[in-house]
Amino acid sequence: MDRGTTRIRNKFVVPGKLVVVEGIDGSGKSTQIHLLEKWLRFQGLPVFMTEWNSSETVKEITSKGKKKGRLTPTTFSLLHATDFADRYERNIFPLMRAGYIVLADRYVYTAYARDTVRGCSYRWISKVYDFAVKPDLTFYFRVPIDTAVERILSGRPKLKYYEAGMDLNLSNDPYESYRIFQSRIIDMYESMIEEEGFTVIDGTQDIEKQQVSVREKMLALIPKRQQTLPGLVQR
Amino acid sequence: MRSRTRTQDYMQRKRSVQTFGPRPLRFYGNGLNYLRDTEVKGRLVVIEGPDASGRSTQIGSLTSHLEASGHAIINTGLRRSELIAPGLLEAKRNLAIGKKTLSLFYAADFADQLENKIIPGLRAGYIVLADRYIFTLMARDSVRGMSRTWAHNLFGFAIVPDLVYYLDVNPVKLVHRVFEKRSSLDYYESGADMGLSDDMFESFLKYQAMLGKEFRRMQKKYGLVPIDGNRSPEEIHRDLRSRIDNFLSH
Repeated sequence: MDRGTTRIRNKFVVPGKLVVVEGIDGSGKSTQIHLLEKWLRFQGLPVFMTEWNSSETVKEITSKGKKKGRLTPTTFSLLHATDFADRYERNIFPLMRAGYIVLADRYVYTAYARDTVRGCSYRWISKVYDFAVKPDLTFYFRVPIDTAVERILSGRPKLKYYEAGMDLNLSNDPYESYRIFQSRIIDMYESMIEEEGFTVIDGTQDIEKQQVSVREKMLALIPKRQQTLPGLVQR
Repeated sequence: MRSRTRTQDYMQRKRSVQTFGPRPLRFYGNGLNYLRDTEVKGRLVVIEGPDASGRSTQIGSLTSHLEASGHAIINTGLRRSELIAPGLLEAKRNLAIGKKTLSLFYAADFADQLENKIIPGLRAGYIVLADRYIFTLMARDSVRGMSRTWAHNLFGFAIVPDLVYYLDVNPVKLVHRVFEKRSSLDYYESGADMGLSDDMFESFLKYQAMLGKEFRRMQKKYGLVPIDGNRSPEEIHRDLRSRIDNFLSH
C-alpha cells in the first residue's frame, strides 16, 4: 500500500469542535454518537450532526448507480467525496467557524478505509480529502468481525450488492464476501489508529459503559464555564 | 522490393489502415491502482478550448476524416456521463453549491466516462476523440482561486492523452463567435459568478483572458499544443488533420 505523508494537514483555528465516530457497520458507533448528541443538546450547547452519504445533491445519483451496478471504484469514491464536500462546504466548516460542536457519523477515514479496500490508491484518496480539517476527537469503535456481522445480519434478511463488497469479486456468497470486505476495512482502521490519533472504544462493552468513556473524552473539549455535566457521573 | 505502378501504390495506401502497437496506460499520478497493468491499442486525442472556439465543429470533421481513413472513433467529452451529468446540471443551477463540491462532481462525471467509455474504447483499439478533458476543469478551478496542486492530485487518475490540442482564440474574436451562436452570453462562461465586473460583456472578456492565461501556463506541464483558433474552420481543420495524420503514421 502506498501511503503518503500528506494527511489532513489543514489545522484551522476555529472556535467550534469536530467530533467523529468511525468503525465498521455494526460496531455501535451510531448509537453512541446519538447518545452523545442528546447529552450535548441537553447541556444547551450548539450541536450539529452530520452523516456519511447524506447530501441531497448527490444521494440520489449514488443510489441510482448502485442499483445499476456500474460504479467503478474511482467513480464511487468521487461521488462520496462530492457528498462529503457538499456537507463540508455548506455545514461542517461554516458551523465550526460559528462555534458549533459538529458531530460526524463517519468522516474522511471511512473513505480512506473503504476506497483503499476497493483498490484506489491511499495516497490519492488522502490528497482528494486534504481540504478537510482534522477532527478534535475521533472515536474508533473496535469490535470483532463476528460480533459486527451478527449485529448487522440479525436485523436484515439480505445484503445489498455494494454493501457486501460484491463488486470486489471476493466470493460468490454475499455473506462470505461481506465478511472478507469488512475484515479488510477493520485492518485499514487498525493501521490508522496511531497516525491519526484515534481514541479506541471497546465496542463489545455495554452501551452505557461505552457512553461514559465517550462523554469523559468529550468533556475535555468543552470549556469549563460551559460544563454542567449531569449524566456523566452515573455508571 | 518489387516495383509497383503509381496506381497500385495509391490503391495500396488507400486500402491499408494504420494500426497501432499495444502499450501500457500512463497516468498523471495516483489513482487507478487496479488498472495499472492495462494495455491499450487505441489512441486518445483531446481538443481543448473555450466555449464557441469551434471545438465541436473540429471534432465533427476530424471524426469524418479519421473514419474515412478506416479508424474506429469514439467521441467523448465533459458532463456526458448518463449517470452523473443530470445531477451535475441540477447542482450547477443551485448557486449555493460550493466550489470543491462542484469540482468533485465534475471529476466523478469524468471518472465514469474514463472507466466506462474511454479506457474500454482504447483497449478495443478505438481512437477516442475527446471534446475537452481535465484541463478545462483545472483551468476553471484555478482562475477561481482553488489550489492547482489539489486539482493536479485529484486528476492523478486521469490517463495521459497521446495528443492534446488547445484552440487558442482571442477573447474579442470569441465574443463574436458566441453571439453568432446564440446572441447572448452564458453565465458561467462569462465568469459571472466571480464578480469580475457588473457588466457581463466586460466580465466575459476578462474571464476568457484569465482562462487563456491558465491554459498557456498548462502548456508546458501537460504538453498542450496551442492551435491558432482565430483562423477559419477549414484552415484549423487542415492544420489539425495534418498533425494528427502525422502522429498516427509514426
